[in-house]
Formats: sequence, C-alpha cells, structure tokens
Amino acid sequence: MKFINYLTSISGVDIYPLISLLVFFLFFVVLTIYILRTDKERMKELAAIPVDEPVKKDKKSNDQK
Amino acid sequence: MTTDQPIEKFSYDNTIVKWFAYATMLWAIVGMLAGLYVALELVFPQMNLGMSMTSFGRLRPLHTNAVIFAFVGNGIFMGVYYSLQRLCKTRMFSDKLSKIHFWGWQLIIVAAAISLPLGYTTGKEYAELEWPIDIMIALVWVTFGINMFGTIIKRRERHLYVAIWFYIATFVTVAMLHIVNSIEIPVTFMKSYSWYAGVQDALVQWWYGHNAVAFFLTTPYLGLMYYFVPKAANRPVYSYRLSIIHFWALIFLYIWAGPHHLLYTALPDWAQSLGVVFSVMLIAPSWGGMINGLLTLRGVWDKVRESAVLKFMVVAVTAYGMATFEGPMLSLKNVNAIAHYTDWIIAHVHVGALGWNGFLTFGILYWLIPRLFRTELYSQKLANVHFWLGTLGIIFYVVPMYWAGFTQSLMWKEFNPDGTLANKFLDTVTHLAPMYALRSVGGTLYLIGALVMVYNIIKTVKQGNFLANEEAEAPALAKAYTIRGSEHWHRRIERRPVRLLLISLIVVAIGGIIEFIPTFLVKSNIPTIASVKPYTPLELEGRDIYVREGCYTCHSQMIRPFRSETVRYGEYSKAGEFVYDHPFQWGSKRTGPDLARIGGKYGDAWHYNHMYDPQSMSPGSIMPSYPWLFENKVDLTITPKKIKAMQTLGVPYPAGFENIAADSALKQGETIVAGLKKAKVQEVAALAPDDEIVALIAYLQRMGTDIKGNVKTASK
Repeated sequence: MKFINYLTSISGVDIYPLISLLVFFLFFVVLTIYILRTDKERMKELAAIPVDEPVKKDKKSNDQK
Repeated sequence: MTTDQPIEKFSYDNTIVKWFAYATMLWAIVGMLAGLYVALELVFPQMNLGMSMTSFGRLRPLHTNAVIFAFVGNGIFMGVYYSLQRLCKTRMFSDKLSKIHFWGWQLIIVAAAISLPLGYTTGKEYAELEWPIDIMIALVWVTFGINMFGTIIKRRERHLYVAIWFYIATFVTVAMLHIVNSIEIPVTFMKSYSWYAGVQDALVQWWYGHNAVAFFLTTPYLGLMYYFVPKAANRPVYSYRLSIIHFWALIFLYIWAGPHHLLYTALPDWAQSLGVVFSVMLIAPSWGGMINGLLTLRGVWDKVRESAVLKFMVVAVTAYGMATFEGPMLSLKNVNAIAHYTDWIIAHVHVGALGWNGFLTFGILYWLIPRLFRTELYSQKLANVHFWLGTLGIIFYVVPMYWAGFTQSLMWKEFNPDGTLANKFLDTVTHLAPMYALRSVGGTLYLIGALVMVYNIIKTVKQGNFLANEEAEAPALAKAYTIRGSEHWHRRIERRPVRLLLISLIVVAIGGIIEFIPTFLVKSNIPTIASVKPYTPLELEGRDIYVREGCYTCHSQMIRPFRSETVRYGEYSKAGEFVYDHPFQWGSKRTGPDLARIGGKYGDAWHYNHMYDPQSMSPGSIMPSYPWLFENKVDLTITPKKIKAMQTLGVPYPAGFENIAADSALKQGETIVAGLKKAKVQEVAALAPDDEIVALIAYLQRMGTDIKGNVKTASK
C-alpha cells in the first residue's frame, strides 16, 4: 500500500503542483516589479504613518501642498 | 489631495484598550500558572491529586488555550484597538460592538476554563472547546470583524498602513480556519464528534493547528510589531517595501505548511512533501520581517540600553527570528524524524510563545499603559528586573527542553549490538526527570517576572490619570479619490479594505483547497483494510473517555515506519486503520509511549491496576492515576445517540444497531468483568460492566488489533 496511490487516482493530478508553482511565481514576480517601481518618497510617506502625530502631520502637509 | 477637506474633531476610545490590557495581564498570569502547574505534575505526579479536574490531560489543554486565546488573544485586541484607531484616524466604528467583543471573548475564556477541567473536549489540539463554545467564538470573532471593518471604512487616512493588512488577514484566515476545523456533529450539549475521520481529520486539524500559530500568534503580532516598534523607537519602519513583500509572502506560504506536523505518518506522501517545501520557503519572509523589525532600530540602538520597552521588543523580534529559523529546519524530514514527539517541539514553541508573543506583549504594555494614564512608568528598574527574569526564564525553560528532546530521541533510537532496543520507554522518562524539574524553574522565573510587571503596572495606573477619550483631529477623507496619473493595481488594493480582505481570503483558501481536495476526493479510494471494523459500542464509549481525559496530550497513536518504532511498538500505522476515528487521536507528543498497538499487549488486569496506580505496574512512571474511572459509570442512555451520530458520519453500523448498542456494551462489559474477576484483581470498587474503567479497557485492548495478524488490504 503506497500513499502515492491516492494521488494517481485523481485525474490530471499532475497539474496541481504546476498550477501552484505558477501562481506563486507569477504573483511574486509581479509584486516584486511593483515594489521596485514604487516611488521612494511615497514609500517614506507611508512608512511614517504610525510615527507622525495625526494632528500636526496633517496641518503640516496641508500647508505644504 | 486633502487640502480642501475640513478638519474634523473626534476622540479615540482608550477605555476598550485599557480593558483588553487588563485582561491580557490577568490571563497571562492564569495561563502561565496553569503551565507551571502541569510542568510540575510531570516532576511530581502526586500533584495530579487523584482528581479528574486537576489531572495533566485536562489541565494541559487549559494551559495552551489560556496562553494562546486568552493571553495572546487579549493582547492582539489590545494592540489592534489602540493602533487601528490611530492608523485610521478615527474612533472605533461602534463602542457597543467593542464592548460586546470584549465581554464575549472573556465569556468564552471563562467557559473554556470551566469546561476543559470538567473534561468537555473535542480532543483536537488547540481546538478542544466543544461545539456551543465554538459557535460563540465564531459570533464574537465576527463582531470583532464588523467593528474592525466599520472602523476601516470610516477612516480618515486613505492608505491602509501595513499593520492593518496583517489584521485583516488575521481576521479572515482565523475565521476560515476555525469554521472549517470545527465542523462537528453534536451528540449532546457539550459532546460532539468531528465531521472528519482519521487521515482527513489529521490533515484539517494540523492545517488549523499550524495556522493558529501563523494567523493567531504571528500575523496579528507582526501587525503590532509594525506599529509599536516604530512607535517605541520613534522611527518609521526600516523598509516599507520589504513589509509589503513580507505580508504577501507570509500569508501565501504559511497556509500550506500544516502537513509538516504529520511527517512520516499515514498522511499521503505528496501532502507531506508539499508541507515541507512551503515550510522551508517560509524562512524567507519570516526573516525578512525580523530584519525589518530589527533594522527599524537603526541609529537608535543606544536607546535599547536604557529603554525596557525596546529591550523587550528586540528580544521578541529576535526570538521570532530564532523560532522561524528553527521551524523550517524542524519541518525537514530528516530533522523531524528526530524531533517529532519529543520535548524539542516544546522548546521550539516556547521560544515563540515566551520570547516572541510574551516579550512583545510586555513591551507594548510598558509603552502603552503610561500613555493611557498620562504618566511615566512607575519603575524603569522593575521593568528591567522583569526583562532579566523573563530572559533567564526563557533560557532555563528552553535549554533543558532541547536537552530532553535530544536525549529522548537518542534513547528511543538506541539499539544493542544484537538488534534489540537498548532502552525501555520508561527509562527515557525517568532519565528526563531533572530536565523537567529545571524547566519548571525556568517557568517560575518567567512567571515571577510577569508578576513584577503586574505590580509595576498597577503602581503606574495608580499614579496616573486615565484618559478615556483622547481628543484628536484630522481632515476628512475626500469622497472621490482623484488619481494622479496612472495608478498601479496594487496601490488600488492598498486603499480598498474589502478587496484586500477578499484577496487575502483567496490567497489563503487556495492553499487549503489544494491540500484538502485530493484527500477528500480520494475518500472512496483510501485503501480500506478489510479487517478494520467500526468500534463496538463499549469501545466507542471507552474511546470517548480516552478523549475526555486528554490521553493524547502524552500518548501518540501513530507508529512511524522506522525500525526503532516498529521494534518497540509493532507494525507501522496505515491510513486505512483510522477511517472510523472521529476525531483522530494521533497525538503530537510522547511523554508516554505510543499506544497505536497497545491492544493485546497486556492483560485486562494489568490495565486495571495500571490505571488505578500506574507506579505499581511501572515504577518511576509519571502518569497520573485515574481513580474516578473506577467509580463513574458510562451513561449508556447516550450510546444510541452516539451510534446514530457515527452512522450519520458514515460509519457502517447496521441499520437499527443503535437499539441494541447499550445491550451490546453491557454484554462486552460483562466479559471483561468476568476476566478481571478471574484474574483476581483487587477491586477498587465493586466491578460492574458499565464502569468507565471497563469501557476504557475495552478500547485500549481493541487499539491496533485490526491488522495485527494477517494484514489484508482490499482494493475497495
């Protein structure tokens, strides 16, 4: 009794690992491209969300814009 | 873009944060005390007190549930309720929902603390709570979700900071895990059977179990890390880009890793391999996250020397790194062959629990409480004392456990030159006693540290002045969002919470579906073993007692295909042997020996004496005694219901069998009683065929006997 028997009984099972690998690979390629292309300043702004005091920050940024 | 928007005044709800903070501290102490108590029971078995409610098998689930869902759970909510309001620049969606969430969650914890010692358990690790409590958990969790999404939707900050992504993924995944794993068929109020059986139950359970670690102990705490470490260091996170990759990679990979808890078991090989591959890949996002956390402190390392808050956080993030390095290593089959079932795993989880979850919570509490109460921490010195007590506690806890784990593994696998096993199982147990003792020293230090913190915080609260509603103001969010130039798809997700939720759900569901569907589809194709038959009614009752007493917390029922195991325990376990096991009871730890083939190994009289006084049959054993099994009677009026439930689940009892189930149980019981009388056992109480001990013996003697002799594997 080998466990591989379970698998072989599903038709077209060999597509499973391929699909999963492909999904992961493509997702991360696209994500990486996006990440690399993002604007550095924008990233800085986002990272600063928790450390900026809401009131001061907004007034300041409003004044600047 | 928000220039034209009017500035709005609002206030943050600090009261709910304070409540969750208090609950975190209370349940930390309770959970740790329970942990220390069960640790001491392994050193001094007398501490089981001969009472059902204080026996190891019932208290150990109490410890795990208390630290995971009560301590860390409240810690999550404390951190989320504080940070979410500020990251969204708005008050929580509904104060009423916050309150319902808080009291609902505490009610669940109290229900767990009462029902687990009473023996109401589903017998599935970290999901032991019975079905009415499961429903409560689902309802309260959804309340939390509504409140969280309501808050996110009325936010005044367009971008959802990365911490919120982690919160969303936590919410949606825990909901999915809890619901899928808790599908069970109720038999009575507080008794149910898992809908899944054997291999499938194991797969679902560890998919849940591992992801409880991932999405209850890790992702929400990573969210907290991304908020509170920058706050405490007063610097933005090292790399926001890295945090985005960290998020997606982590939730993508984690969900697949569950099967690494079942290596070398009867789980299909492909599922095991899948689990290993994803576990190994997990090291990348985990370490990316750790590095991101630690590098947030770039340029302010000098502050770490002075600030207890940062000290706790640095050790927490480091412990996260250690545990997530060790995890992938442990999931390699060759390492797992050594580590599985040993105390190594206990050491591993406590690096995570004490180091990562514990220390991050303590750091947050020390940072948060003075802010809520508009004061300074009562004593920095005491906080430092706590830090060192906690650190020493972790070291004294994990080092003996690693040592014990390696020792166990080596002793289990040691052979004499003539091919016989060098050590009896009991030798390995008695050999480890000093390590178990040292571990409780570690636990005690850690607990004392936590008590010091509670004192320090009570003092801080007393000297402070609580700010229930913290005034704030921020410009309203423009209704229409004007896109400057072309917008990237990911940017769109970043400001659309519902879409983020759906994508997270899809991402985590893919992993689950690909893992489950094959095993479920093949249900009819699992090589059934012709000689494997459903349990007799008495055996079924005995099995329920086995589950109730939490035997699985110390005994596995899964012999791996290693020579050291087959020589010790017998033929290795086959998937087809468990098709009627609702729930599966493979276990994850061998404090005592494997029981998969215990049936027929000893006589009924041996079991009778052993359950009453284990040390009389196995000198030096640390197993508790079970005197109540000799007095309690099996409630045979429920047996027909249990048989019917099993029939519903597909166990092939003949139609109408439930009507004769009780009689059949009594008849089998009489045979066992006659045998015990013939063996002249010293009767603890007058023997009766419906004694719980008789039912348990019936189950123990059945276990693994179906294929002991002539193994026949039918094609269908």
